[in-house]
Amino acid sequence: MYKPPGLKWLHLRDTVEMRLLKGLNAWKPPAPKQRICFLLCPVEGSEKKELTLTATSVPTLTDHPLVCGPAFTSLKIGVGHQLDVQSSGVFVLGVGHGCKLLTDLYDAHLTKDYTVRGLLGKAMDNFQEDGRLVEKTTYDHVTREKLEQILSVIQGSHQKALVMYSNLDLQSQEAYEMAVRGVIRPMDKSPMLFSGIRCLHFSPPEFLLEVQCMQETQQQLRKLVHEIGLELKTTAVCLQVWRTRDGLFMLDDALLRTQWDLHSIQAAIQAAAPPGGSRAGEKHEATVGHPAAPQSWLAFRLQGLGVCLGAGELCGALKGQLQ
Amino acid sequence: MALSAQQISKWFNSVKLRSFINAAQLTKQFPRPGRTLLNGFSAQPQLSSDNCFLQWGYKTYRSSSLRNSSQSTNSSRQESNSAQSTLLPVVNEQSEITQELPSFDSELSLEDLDDLPPLSPLQQVSEEEAIQIIADPLLPPASFTLRDYVDHSETLQKLVLLGVDLSKIEKHPDTANLLLRLDFEKDIKPILLFLKDLGLEDNQLGGFLTKNYAIFSEDLENLETRVAYLQSKNFSKADIAQMVRKAPFLLSFSVERLDNRLGFFQKELELSVKKTRDLVVRLPRLLTGSLEPVKENMKVYRLELGFKHNEIQHMITRIPKMLTANKRKLTKTFDYVHNVMNIPHHLIVKFPQVFNTRLFKVKDRHLFLAYLGRAQYDPAKPNYISLDKLVSIPDEVFCEEIAKASIQDFEKFLKTL
Repeated sequence: MYKPPGLKWLHLRDTVEMRLLKGLNAWKPPAPKQRICFLLCPVEGSEKKELTLTATSVPTLTDHPLVCGPAFTSLKIGVGHQLDVQSSGVFVLGVGHGCKLLTDLYDAHLTKDYTVRGLLGKAMDNFQEDGRLVEKTTYDHVTREKLEQILSVIQGSHQKALVMYSNLDLQSQEAYEMAVRGVIRPMDKSPMLFSGIRCLHFSPPEFLLEVQCMQETQQQLRKLVHEIGLELKTTAVCLQVWRTRDGLFMLDDALLRTQWDLHSIQAAIQAAAPPGGSRAGEKHEATVGHPAAPQSWLAFRLQGLGVCLGAGELCGALKGQLQ
Repeated sequence: MALSAQQISKWFNSVKLRSFINAAQLTKQFPRPGRTLLNGFSAQPQLSSDNCFLQWGYKTYRSSSLRNSSQSTNSSRQESNSAQSTLLPVVNEQSEITQELPSFDSELSLEDLDDLPPLSPLQQVSEEEAIQIIADPLLPPASFTLRDYVDHSETLQKLVLLGVDLSKIEKHPDTANLLLRLDFEKDIKPILLFLKDLGLEDNQLGGFLTKNYAIFSEDLENLETRVAYLQSKNFSKADIAQMVRKAPFLLSFSVERLDNRLGFFQKELELSVKKTRDLVVRLPRLLTGSLEPVKENMKVYRLELGFKHNEIQHMITRIPKMLTANKRKLTKTFDYVHNVMNIPHHLIVKFPQVFNTRLFKVKDRHLFLAYLGRAQYDPAKPNYISLDKLVSIPDEVFCEEIAKASIQDFEKFLKTL
């Protein structure tokens, strides 16, 4: 899903649940069941009036949708990494059985890509543009080289932290190879770690950073912008935090608000399920009920990973990155 | 014994299905009744309400319809079975399927029951008698859903066929009780015919009844008085039908209340009588909803947003929904439209639809236009885009005509916000 700015993630999750339920309840219900009741009827072909019990099948209204209410009333929808109100970007949701895969996603400690836009010269109390102004500074002395120098310092220190938290013995050959490839990940809980920062664009007073990190919150990213400003002997405030990638889920595949309905979500899940063969194929048996086959509506199990798509071989990648 | 008869007649007269009758109490008394019980039974045919209660669609002739709703212990059932089988020889000649209680009191002689020894369940029973004993699964005496009763109640079945959503009505136990008790022919049909007279179509009846289920407890004369009142205020028949369809609770309001409400709107908005009438016909929810939000919103428009009275009048006649909109959303939308998009008051007055749309829609489209450089809202300048075109048309049309871009570009732009 693409979470637009100004929307709480909980509201997003609730809206998606509501739309999915609407779509599911709109399906044709199965034929009404029959119940057996015994009626007293006269026996055929007898002279005197005799009564006997005959079993007749009478359609029952007990399961009529107007009597029981809608067939689906709630869905299990879990969320991936949180996004706060002001930030926007890729937001992963898991539906039904996909919720279990969400924990795997979390444990895999994949990096996320953020694009952070900052503004030099101002400092706010909540590091954003709509806060209370704390101080104003000049920024003429800031150049791109200084900015990049600071970014590389930050990156270096975080690399060291990465290795430390990954509990790897750097003396070993394997660890060295992994470090070369850049797939070192922290094992357990760790504070925010950057695996890469670079400056995309610098036109004072605005600058654009691309950050790859994990275990972060958006507020920490804004604080990062503030601290970069302090390092540059000026101040900075964060204009926009925009998540472009969450693990293997890209921005291109994210569903916009207009696409939050049953069909698009089904299509997204089916596309997310890899072609099969790998362990991923076994995990996501995409038994997504097709709207044209109402008989399978009761067996509708959304067993894809989440609603936001990623490239294929998700679990294969997870396996590779889990140490 | 007098006490028991009193109890029974009280119970017959009560309207509460959920009041649990102690069956053991009754059936214990049954095989040893006194004269007074019989009086109670014979007095029954005069109580018309009981008939509808007893003829529930329950096609058995259970000897005591007392037991229709009050089943409890096995012991009581045994006793009742034994009592039933003693009655069987008496009623076999009739072999009618729908048996009513009065039909056997003539044959029943209570002294006989006193003399007959209670039958044991292991006694041999003839074939015909065996057939006559109908042991359907019992109806639950109290339930939280109407599902259990729908197969046995003709009223409920007919309501479902009309399209009434029982799952919503069962959330209100009083009404659900009432519906179970009412007879379709006698009570519900006149009201349905009345609604059809008003102008409601058959397929709209279901929706109406789902919303205003309380109409069954209204008197027909009251309803007719209210309709007559509306007609006296020069609402045409079609108008009244539309109002009733959109706001089903209208008919449940007394004449004084309706009068008060209409008077309030006329005074508050200071509109002419005809305009008030049009307003109410378009949004009859104004009459049935609470008046506090309307007063709040009027204050908001006047004081916070700074519209003049005639401007407010104009906007309300165009979009009556503004009166019941959420205060917070109104202020946010206005704030964005006025301060960020720099649209002056008089333009907003011309296109009040902006207050009716979602804020994110307005924001997205405005930012897209600003990005393309086409955000021109001043009618005097070229390339002017009117507000109603901004908000009211669907996405594809907006992209092609106003923004002159493709939908994919719009989506890509949205993902960069």
